[in-house]
Amino acid sequence: MTPLTLFDSILGGIILSISALLLLFGIGKISGISGIFYGLKNTPSSGEYWRVLFIIGLVISPLFAILFGFSLPSSIDVSWPAIIIGGLLVGIGTRVGSGCTSGHGICGIGRLSARSLVATIIFMSTAVITVFIVNSLS
Amino acid sequence: MTRFISLPIALFCGILFGIGLIISQMVDPNKILNFLNITGNWDPSLLFVMGAALLFFIPLYRIVMKKLKRPLFNSEFSLPVNKLIDRRLVIGASLFGIGWGISGICPGPAIVNIAGGDPKIIAFIFAMGFGMYISNYVNIMISKPKD
Repeated sequence: MTPLTLFDSILGGIILSISALLLLFGIGKISGISGIFYGLKNTPSSGEYWRVLFIIGLVISPLFAILFGFSLPSSIDVSWPAIIIGGLLVGIGTRVGSGCTSGHGICGIGRLSARSLVATIIFMSTAVITVFIVNSLS
Repeated sequence: MTRFISLPIALFCGILFGIGLIISQMVDPNKILNFLNITGNWDPSLLFVMGAALLFFIPLYRIVMKKLKRPLFNSEFSLPVNKLIDRRLVIGASLFGIGWGISGICPGPAIVNIAGGDPKIIAFIFAMGFGMYISNYVNIMISKPKD
């Protein structure tokens, strides 16, 4: 059980959106993490180097978060089968559906894209149903 | 010129995005799973993360994009052009949601968690990468005509 963290949620949300707006206004790119990650395979082309830098930024971000007193979860309490099956489906789904929580949920809805709104409603719904089923089984 | 300056901006945006995910605790799979568990001890935090992000993003996007012909440090915007709500979108988003519901992890938090050193995160990223790699076969299966 985790409690509602209202202030941190709002602050975090605003920071996510500042980052996304900066990437868009600055270099014209959408902060869709699944897309940026998948595009790493194109990095021999110099127009794609920004992806590597963005991902490096994500990887080293915990070092900076510590300065503000925030850290990563101490452990990942997810079972191995859930890690493997979940990862696989997240990979397939984000490619086939062209985006994840960041690309559709923040940037897409933020641009008032009907496509992203539909995608977000769908993945939220299937995720809620999945959690309900998993909890009922265990 | 425009190319080089884009690199430190991308790095800074990545760091900022990661900090946002850490502060909002979206990097904690328990936080996500408790948000999705609406019939249990529901934790609505993610709703506020997304709500705050959108209340901030939507007006600024509309105001600034009207004035910008091109990005400040690049020659053009790379915005999605596909407006179709098709089978691929529906099936893909459904599968992503199932994977997210099983694990409580989506791509951004997975990458930010790498520094924590848990082998499960590395395994998740490999599984996700493999899923992306085989996604084209799923696309082909979906787009086959049903005659």
